[in-house]
Amino acid sequence: MIIPILRLGKILLTSIQQELTDADVLQLQSDLLRKVSEIEALGVIIDITALEVVDSFMARVINDTAGMARLLGAEIVICGVQPYVAMSLVEMGRDLIGADCVFNLDQGLKLLEARIAVRGDAILSLEGDEYARNDRP
Amino acid sequence: MNMREMIDPERVLIRDSTDIVRARAVARQVANQIGFTLADQTRLATAVSELTRNIVQYAGEGVCEIADASGEEEIRLRIIVEDNGPGIDDIDRAMKDGYSTGGGLGVGLPGTRRLMDDFAIESSPGCTRVSIALVRRRV
Repeated sequence: MIIPILRLGKILLTSIQQELTDADVLQLQSDLLRKVSEIEALGVIIDITALEVVDSFMARVINDTAGMARLLGAEIVICGVQPYVAMSLVEMGRDLIGADCVFNLDQGLKLLEARIAVRGDAILSLEGDEYARNDRP
Repeated sequence: MNMREMIDPERVLIRDSTDIVRARAVARQVANQIGFTLADQTRLATAVSELTRNIVQYAGEGVCEIADASGEEEIRLRIIVEDNGPGIDDIDRAMKDGYSTGGGLGVGLPGTRRLMDDFAIESSPGCTRVSIALVRRRV
């Protein structure tokens, strides 16, 4: 199964819309990282609103992907963890998801924008859909 | 043993990771039918996911049996996950957080125990059997 990865300037957005097998999850991880590197994405949003189950494997892959994306130079945020998913994950073990989480896409974009601004090596302008590297000497 | 236990349990054959998705869908569906809340359905689906993944990862093949074992006073979903794999060397260690021989997070078994009300595991070379249940008072 191919999960679409959408590009919004220097942001990559992917939304998992159905239950994934382990192979699908790993495929998404490698597709996402390749794309991050290809376009030198500044930020990544993974939307898991539609996921009704996140087990420890899925949690690990999400965390790993976040760590990998950061190594490449991108900020990453997870969007839309369902309440029952949160309950199960925390009951199973603390810190299963270490990546930053937000309620919705809107907040996700704002958080990425703030992160990238703090980093200071690039400017992300969401309003004009213009993205520019900051070429300060 | 009550009447409801006579109802045929759902048996899902576990061979690869697509069966994990199938098994947890069946668990959720049965849990929903017998009146578990969404939170409990998610706990059960998550537990089934952890246990059946162990089969795929360590044993290669096994069975997940999902049965409505409700009584007059309570609703109870009982799940037995069984395989004929190499077995777990050290169950005490396998039940500790962070211990894994397969490169996982080491949260599968201890995490599942925390999600469930009943949890029993027995393992020897050639047979591993994990039995879990979630029980709620009828309202």
